[in-house]
Amino acid sequence: MRILVAVKRVPMTGGTIVLTPDARAIATQHLGFTISPHEECAVEEAVRLVEREGGESVVLTLGPPEAEEQLRDAMAVGIDRAIHLVTDEEEWDGQATAGAIVEAVRAEEASSGPFDLLLFGNESADAGGYQVGVRVAHALGLPCVTGLKGIEVRGRLVRCEQEVPGGRDVFEVPLPALLTVKEGLNLPRYPSVPGRMRARQRPIARHEPQRPPARLEKLRFVVPEGERKEAEILGRGPEAAPKVVELLDQLGLLR
Amino acid sequence: MSVLVLCERRSDGIDEPSLQALAFARALYPGTSVHALACGVAADEVAPLLGAYGVETLHVAEHEVFDTYAPHAVARAAVELAGRLRLHALLAGGSEQGNEVVARVGALLDLPFAANCVAAEAGPPLRVTRVRWGGSLLEEALLHAELALLTVAPHAVAAQETNDGPAAVERFAPALDDADLLVRVRERARAAGGGVTLADAKVVVSAGRGAGSAEGFAPVEELAALLGGAVGCSRAVTMAGWRPHTDQVGQTGTKIAPELYIACGISGATQHMAGCKGAKRILAINTDPDAPILESADYAVIGDLHDVVPAIAAAIRAARNEKAGAE
Amino acid sequence: MSSLPPRARAVVIGAGIVGSSVAYHLCRLGWDGVVLLDKGPLPNPGGSTGHASNFIFPVDHSKEMTQLTLDSVRQYEELGVFTRSGGIEVARTEERMQELTRRIASAKAWGVEPVSLLSPAEVKELVPYLDERVILGGFFTPGVGVVDSLQAGTLMRERMVAAGGLVVSPRTEVVGIEVERGRIRAVRTTAGDVETPVLVVACGVWSPRLARMAGASIPLTPAVHQMIDIGPVPRFERCTRAIEFPIVRDMDRNMYERQDGTSLEIGSYAHRPILHDPDEIPSLEEAALSPTELPFTQEDFAPQLEDALELMPEIVGDESVGIKYAINGLLSLTPDGMPILGETPEVRGLWSAAAVWVKEGPGVGRAVAEWMVEGESEIDLHSSDVSRFHEHQKTRSHVKARAAEGFNKTYGIVHPFEQWSSNREVRLSPFYERERELGAVFFEAAGWERPQWYESNASLLEEYGDRVTRREAEWDARWWSPIINAEHLAMRDRAAIFDLSAFAIFDVTGPGALDTLQQVSLRQMDVPLGRVVYTPWLTPSGGFRSDLTIMRLGDEHFRVVTGGAHGMADRKWLSDHLPENGSAQLADLTSAWCTLGLWGPRARDILASLTSDDVSHEGFPFATCRTIEVGPLRVLASRISYVGDLGWELYVPIEQGARLWDLVWEAGRPHGLVAAGIGVYGTTGRLEKCYRAYGAELESEYTVVEAGMAPPRVKDEDFVGKEAHLRHREEEPAAILCTLTVDDHASASGVRRYPLGREPILTRAGEPIVDAKGRRSYVTSAGAGPSVGKHILMAYLPPEQAVVGQELAVEYFGERYPVTVAVAGSTPLFDPENSRIRA
Repeated sequence: MRILVAVKRVPMTGGTIVLTPDARAIATQHLGFTISPHEECAVEEAVRLVEREGGESVVLTLGPPEAEEQLRDAMAVGIDRAIHLVTDEEEWDGQATAGAIVEAVRAEEASSGPFDLLLFGNESADAGGYQVGVRVAHALGLPCVTGLKGIEVRGRLVRCEQEVPGGRDVFEVPLPALLTVKEGLNLPRYPSVPGRMRARQRPIARHEPQRPPARLEKLRFVVPEGERKEAEILGRGPEAAPKVVELLDQLGLLR
Repeated sequence: MSVLVLCERRSDGIDEPSLQALAFARALYPGTSVHALACGVAADEVAPLLGAYGVETLHVAEHEVFDTYAPHAVARAAVELAGRLRLHALLAGGSEQGNEVVARVGALLDLPFAANCVAAEAGPPLRVTRVRWGGSLLEEALLHAELALLTVAPHAVAAQETNDGPAAVERFAPALDDADLLVRVRERARAAGGGVTLADAKVVVSAGRGAGSAEGFAPVEELAALLGGAVGCSRAVTMAGWRPHTDQVGQTGTKIAPELYIACGISGATQHMAGCKGAKRILAINTDPDAPILESADYAVIGDLHDVVPAIAAAIRAARNEKAGAE
Repeated sequence: MSSLPPRARAVVIGAGIVGSSVAYHLCRLGWDGVVLLDKGPLPNPGGSTGHASNFIFPVDHSKEMTQLTLDSVRQYEELGVFTRSGGIEVARTEERMQELTRRIASAKAWGVEPVSLLSPAEVKELVPYLDERVILGGFFTPGVGVVDSLQAGTLMRERMVAAGGLVVSPRTEVVGIEVERGRIRAVRTTAGDVETPVLVVACGVWSPRLARMAGASIPLTPAVHQMIDIGPVPRFERCTRAIEFPIVRDMDRNMYERQDGTSLEIGSYAHRPILHDPDEIPSLEEAALSPTELPFTQEDFAPQLEDALELMPEIVGDESVGIKYAINGLLSLTPDGMPILGETPEVRGLWSAAAVWVKEGPGVGRAVAEWMVEGESEIDLHSSDVSRFHEHQKTRSHVKARAAEGFNKTYGIVHPFEQWSSNREVRLSPFYERERELGAVFFEAAGWERPQWYESNASLLEEYGDRVTRREAEWDARWWSPIINAEHLAMRDRAAIFDLSAFAIFDVTGPGALDTLQQVSLRQMDVPLGRVVYTPWLTPSGGFRSDLTIMRLGDEHFRVVTGGAHGMADRKWLSDHLPENGSAQLADLTSAWCTLGLWGPRARDILASLTSDDVSHEGFPFATCRTIEVGPLRVLASRISYVGDLGWELYVPIEQGARLWDLVWEAGRPHGLVAAGIGVYGTTGRLEKCYRAYGAELESEYTVVEAGMAPPRVKDEDFVGKEAHLRHREEEPAAILCTLTVDDHASASGVRRYPLGREPILTRAGEPIVDAKGRRSYVTSAGAGPSVGKHILMAYLPPEQAVVGQELAVEYFGERYPVTVAVAGSTPLFDPENSRIRA
């Protein structure tokens, strides 16, 4: 199997989000970066599938030069090689991102053969656009199932499970296909030290796509005013238990 | 000009996010005629309901594929309908399905799409405020398109009834090819057990890294069971492998809306709080009286969960015994 | 929200291990109404304590650090948070194996036992997952262990809160510090203001920021220490305790590996120095983990992964073992690698307890609290004293340069005389250019460039032939030259000039000047004008605070001259004892005066050729000073000597220094004058004469009586330490400072070895020597005595060993060398009658 995984570099935010002075970005000087959580599971799934089925996995990202870190992260847990669509610091909208990825996938398939499976995150942790995978699938003429927490390849078919209230919806589409996944699909492994060391040697192909004008044009960020409450202290330690029971009773939750 | 709202059916009608999207659309384009698209619904059941929420015309797409969920087919139907109507905007509720279908519409029409809007000002260009980082951050943006595609973040506005009569119904059979029919639910696996789900539970008791281990959740499980609630946890806990991801409350986990959320040893990182915004009340049990979660909590007990939670469980049992004795 | 009392006896800022410990000991020592604040939550306020690796290797070449660490271990044990694991420092190189024998020697000198050298196979037995083929051996300290430093802090706070002396207020940030007339008055916090006369900054990496609020300086820099945690390790699956295997320090790679539950923690001091600014540390709210756990920078750690893999392939190479946690942890680094403790020289009542690591935290807490409450600490803290810094050493530039240079030496093999290479040439004497022309090899003292020896004197080697000992071992000869010994002999034969501009010089003037100096000095200061007095300054308990010379220049005018290295601490001690009423003033003239030393049998002839003033023995007796004319210069000449020869210290304003040099140099050439370096002044010259040095022989732990420096009678006037000193004079001393000579230098391999100082003195049978106060005997100073043809050691010995002719041994690089007590007490080895200085 040949599998492509698309990932995005996002900051690991703490308790409070701080913006840059122009409010067009998050101040990240103190923050580490990671692969967006859903995509961590996509990476893990790709590695497992190739471990089981054989073949090759390729990770792709569109992002600044520093996003190489996330490509290495993916390769450290077993992805074979990487494609980096290098951008400046400016954020790309969903359409632009999808366009660049489509072009890169076509070029990659032309040189190394078609992918059987393309894995995307359902939505990125930071932008939450819910669309890049869907757009790429459409442009490449692939079936697309989204928001998956279960993937099972059965020959040339892939069985997909979506979590819905009360159970799971099952889809089945033929390969090649593009699937978008969610955290909970699997429990991603930590990279091993040999994995880390191997990742440093694995190849990264770099391209510099041109950014088209944004059609969803970001003006600025606003940190929403959280509703600050003054919590009523019911007590300290185990002695507070009767007050808690009283509260549960008031709320009608004891019955 | 008019607006089109994609309405998602639910067993007993139309889902709440769709109704909220209707209210959002009417506020955004006052006086514009409101169209709704619903797929595979019984028109006579839905038309009065949607009419009451301001829909002038209900378009019902008919095809056997709509017996089940088939997001690409829904998007095809929407695109076909949009071609017939002169639209300012096409909206849907910001549910998983709503976002997926509108994204597909965007792909089919090669139009930009703004997901999870909480506010908008008519343009052109349309100016939107949308949710990012699971609600920890808002983005103000311009949507440069003749036809605006957007979804409305859950609870950004309340559904609003207008007391209008039933919507006019127009049925159509969208042109769908094999590829459009490919992505559809083939089977629906019911969860085993039938215990309380995290999303629906009236009480959720959760714990974070402070639980210490998988075994450390025993008192949390006991308390949840006593209250007929569900067990939740933070992302650190699922990443450590102590609990399944289905228990995770947060931006990338389950968004909960219980009557009472009991958060034990959870500091209140933004990603976690994004998942429990819907809780009516929050009781925080924390060793740190100044932990960030106390700024969102209604009640707090200062102490270690391993001491406090068993004490609460014991007190509940005692109270029940007393009641039982009294009866 | 916390509520603070309006007034406190002392406020401690920072509830990490250091602040908690300071507060704990203040209460134990009887202070009531102590407030402990932290801007973070408890028990982990988010500073360096919270992410520390928490292990303790007690052995350090520094006595001060070892003592602080040993005291900390005792305290951690008492609190029940110490788990003994043992620790092994492994060597990958032959040079490191040598260093490990030196560490064994330090362990013996400071009394850390047992310790032993292990073969690779023995290391493997204790640490079965280590590849013994990579190492040559290991230094095993069974007493190494890990602590729960957060729990220790919690217990300390709880005990004193329960006892009622302590108020703890977390989530309380200091927003301002009020200073009134140079003293702490109050601290302003987010939980209200507290009036206090004493404020302790125990804020780790944030300390410089807090000190700045009060107008003081705590010159440290936050620096990154990278750490990863890998697991779960199959071999550790059944480990129920946090630590069951010895901690391994991979010394040659600047790394450590320790089992932590089912994980292996790998830490490094090998990466590039990554220094931060205290103002750039994220707030608690902004930080993803804690403010001092910064995002891991992968690329910096890449070589360390390979080193760890090489040493522990079974675990590190296991594909199933994942990197679960990786941080750039912040810790504090200082320009000289030592902590920053004590009252700041800028603000009275503002104390620093900063740049302290977990291993010495409780010990520092106790020592600083003692210093605050009792005026001194049991452990001599002079190397950690906040007032040791000269102005230029407080700059960001200096702190960063030296911290960066020192970082990779954390586990380094650092020669005792190793010189810094960064930020040199800051303080240059007016003689500097002349010295460079003479091929001076410069060492640094208090920022001054001082010639250690002159390459141009190489010609003297021929002149003195075999009388100059050559050193065969590279280590012994590093930062050293036989030219030093040749310069020494030329001085003894003819004369030498020395650049002594690094002296710190303070003038004390005014009606209260005499009383002030009487108060701090052991010796009588009410002497005739023109007298020079060499005197110890004592601590309240009669230990050494300093030793220096004081010239009486007028009825109300004294000039204090002291060594540059310790000069700033002396200045603070002196200014702390100035009268409150302003009747005496202190002026620091260090940068106004330069000093040229001229000593040797020909010194008088040289000086006489330059001046018409009377410089005869009768006309210008020993221990006097006066202004004389030297050509066109008025020179303050002081007839004393630290090298034991006839001569003077010559003081002129700095801008006239070059002229003085030229005059003396030209006049001296016919007499065979040479320029000599500090190698002679600081080591060979003084050791032959058994002159003591502050910081080596003279420390607060030893008394004037033990050092053999008690004056014949004690002056009537009161002075600091008098009561204790009078008591010491009545007691049998527990130790006597002795001078020893090495009998045989030959090592097992036949190479002649020369101890450099700080080695253990043992019996000939190899047993350590311990005095009645529990102090080990060790070499306080070592060096050549060219005129006596011996290698000289100084050491305190118990009275029964302090007998001339007593045969003992010194351990040096794993071998014992026979030594003999040559002098018990202060009689000079060379020229015992002192006829030379009184010529």
